[in-house]
Amino acid sequence: MNAIISISRRSFIIGVASTAGGLSLGFNVPFIKPALADGAETAPEINAWVVIRPDDTVVIRIARSEMGQGTLTGLAQLVAEELNCDWSKVTTEYPSPAQNLARDRVWGNFSTGGSRGIRESHEYVRIGGAVAREMLIAAAAAEWGVPASECTATMGVVTHAVSDRAAFYGQLAAAAARMTPPANVTLKDPKDWTIAGKPLPRLDTAGKLNGSQVYGADLKLPNMLNAAIRACPYFGGKVESFDAAAVAEMPGVRTVVQVDETAVAVVADTWWRAKTALDALPVVWDEGPNRQVTSASIAAMLEEGLGANDAFIGAEQGDVGAALSAADRTVTATYAFPYQNHATMEPMNATALYTPERCEVWVPTQNGEASLAAAAEAAGLSVQQCEVHKIHLGGGFGRRGNFQDYVRQAVRIARQVPGAPVKLVWSREEDMLHGAYHPTTRCRLTGALDSDGNLTALHMRISGQSILAAVRPEGMQNGMDPVVFQGLVLNGTEGTLGYTVDNLLVDHAMRNPPIPPGFWRGVNLNQNALYVECFMDELAHAAGVDPLAFRRKLMAKHPKHLAVLEAVAERIGWDTPPAAGVHRGLAQIMGFGSYVAAAAEVSVADGQLRIHRIVAATDPGHVVNPAQVERQVEGSFVYGLSACIYGECTVNGGRMEQENFDSYEVVRMADMPAVETIILPSGGFWGGVGEPTIAVAAPAVLNAIFAATGKRIRTLPLKNHDLA
Amino acid sequence: MARLIINGTPRDIEVDPDTPLLWVIREQIGLTGTKYGCGVAACGACTVHIDGVATRSCVLPVSAVEPDQQITTIEGLSPDSSHPVQQAWLALDVPQCGYCQAGMIMAAASLLMQNPNPADEDINAEITNICRCGTYNRVRAAIKLAANGGEATQRG
Repeated sequence: MNAIISISRRSFIIGVASTAGGLSLGFNVPFIKPALADGAETAPEINAWVVIRPDDTVVIRIARSEMGQGTLTGLAQLVAEELNCDWSKVTTEYPSPAQNLARDRVWGNFSTGGSRGIRESHEYVRIGGAVAREMLIAAAAAEWGVPASECTATMGVVTHAVSDRAAFYGQLAAAAARMTPPANVTLKDPKDWTIAGKPLPRLDTAGKLNGSQVYGADLKLPNMLNAAIRACPYFGGKVESFDAAAVAEMPGVRTVVQVDETAVAVVADTWWRAKTALDALPVVWDEGPNRQVTSASIAAMLEEGLGANDAFIGAEQGDVGAALSAADRTVTATYAFPYQNHATMEPMNATALYTPERCEVWVPTQNGEASLAAAAEAAGLSVQQCEVHKIHLGGGFGRRGNFQDYVRQAVRIARQVPGAPVKLVWSREEDMLHGAYHPTTRCRLTGALDSDGNLTALHMRISGQSILAAVRPEGMQNGMDPVVFQGLVLNGTEGTLGYTVDNLLVDHAMRNPPIPPGFWRGVNLNQNALYVECFMDELAHAAGVDPLAFRRKLMAKHPKHLAVLEAVAERIGWDTPPAAGVHRGLAQIMGFGSYVAAAAEVSVADGQLRIHRIVAATDPGHVVNPAQVERQVEGSFVYGLSACIYGECTVNGGRMEQENFDSYEVVRMADMPAVETIILPSGGFWGGVGEPTIAVAAPAVLNAIFAATGKRIRTLPLKNHDLA
Repeated sequence: MARLIINGTPRDIEVDPDTPLLWVIREQIGLTGTKYGCGVAACGACTVHIDGVATRSCVLPVSAVEPDQQITTIEGLSPDSSHPVQQAWLALDVPQCGYCQAGMIMAAASLLMQNPNPADEDINAEITNICRCGTYNRVRAAIKLAANGGEATQRG
């Protein structure tokens, strides 16, 4: 078939090498007047997912948001795989949230979080590609007067081998768009994939090498104004007063506005002038009810929960109380996980253009439909009067999904300068002070060992903050936040505990400090894996058993959990001694539908930690692009190790203390270990890859630190501990 | 009024002298490939070259730039993404979200001008830009690829 593709498609009569007989016949002139000069505007939409231009360019519509995780490329591969198009002709576009609503949500869910981009949409996007392929075949068959069953579609060409005719998709597209979509299509077996499943380069790289990729913060619109904002830094506080006149005459300033109860903004010709005036603006804050809240008061609140009588039960088996009472020996430890900031490299931003009749927003968003709803609410207009233009994100990590605070702010500012687009960009300080923070929790673990060193009972009491209670209360179940138990539950497909413990209790004392929590890449799996995997190491040590052997005994009924753990152990050489001074640690967990494990090699000399090497394994069921899975796994260690080593947002006087990267340090090049990724797709299910591996980063390293130093680090971050 | 040579073109700009070079580049010149990440020279997203030397432009007042100094932004590193660092980045498909990558590329290009064959320690010391997606290992590999004139080397 390659012979066809190499021929200039501009020729109407061209030789075609038949795949069947090697004959050469005339290329069929398409029945639709070629409209080669026309652009995408008039290109036929075969269905919601596929537009094919006369020049054979295949435009694949992507509903989920690209924020670096590669979902754009992966979803396009899935559509292209079923479409049987020429991958080199593929480009992508975002349908808009308003279009989705107007078309009865034909593109499904826009929300891009929870590592769900591919695993929740793979089926319907593949069907979209397959339906379009069948319509292209049907169009060709109708034109040629032959049965569609005799036609095949490969590499963007429909061929009728019997009569040696062929037509490019671009020639068939207009007619195909008028065909009735087939009621049923059969999706390919992943083992037959030629586009999906392959380590193809990303589709969005070129613009990221030369400055041409436009992020939200880069947007330029005619007559655009720029806004800088300051919200009350005290959680629960408000604007009491501000003196707009003091800065009104500063260069470039157009207006100073109160955005809502909590924030003021300066609108100017440039952002720098807006920021300069904002810095000079006298503001008096009503500091609100939380001035006495500190990290210490929050810790005390959570400590109380560790021993509280009432708790929500996430997993229960046997009788933990009786088993602990009867145990030969018990081991108890308490762990803690602090607040973290998403710290996307691109600060929060949104651009809004408001008139009394209509509101448009341009925004890097993980959930375009949530942005649309926020825009409509803030504008006081119906969603039909609003539109959201999605822009690639300079990082999301959960901050740009549920929380559309910056959209509301931009619209509220724009309402005060109607008719002019206003670009609101947060300063880094604003971003640090007004996060949707990874919640803080603590966990007290108590395990019982019998005389043979077997784990006979385990109680995990989690105390701390619920994300759902604050941001998605409709997801609560009779007052319980089920997401708190990520990776620790007994049933389901999202994330089950990989150990069989006859007497098990995992419960949660909800304690909600007045700090806004959010979904932070990896969410509650991060601390849950830390708790259970470090404690497994403690139990193994107490039992005098090798940590891998100790786990194996508990994992016989969890073969997928065990397989990834065994894979990293084998690759790191668990059964052979490490180099002198080097020590190893292991961890595994299931989350976001995937099984992941990590092994770390570290050394600690004069109190200085060095992470030499990480081996990571992941079983996401099916792999759409192994190169992108590798990138997600590697990147997960940057996020996970940043939290492990440095990450901590501390509260003092009812506000966060960290305001920028000089006080909220993160992993940089020098800290970054080599990462070897093992991808073990066992098939039969679809798991996510963007998040789960983050959770095993810290416990693998902390367990290796224990092996190196004998010190159990039970509270993050490491920077607060002396390893010497 | 400031006179700046940006990507080889002299520009006369009406601007407050305290304005950081970053914002002159982004808002007066209109070149938005150079990013704002922190405003305190902590993250490197704003890295440009001044006479070939990687410089964090977010804390540098425009008045501190001499009229004859050559400022190069990501848009001016090459006319067609053909700079060896850009080519290495493409070959290894380095970027994820991409927001920090212009700064990374500019820092890497400057490093290679000063040190054509940097060791890991040199890369650790000189490339201190922040990436939150986690491209560091591919950034390192791409710097080595560019240093080798596009010849790939094995690394763990």
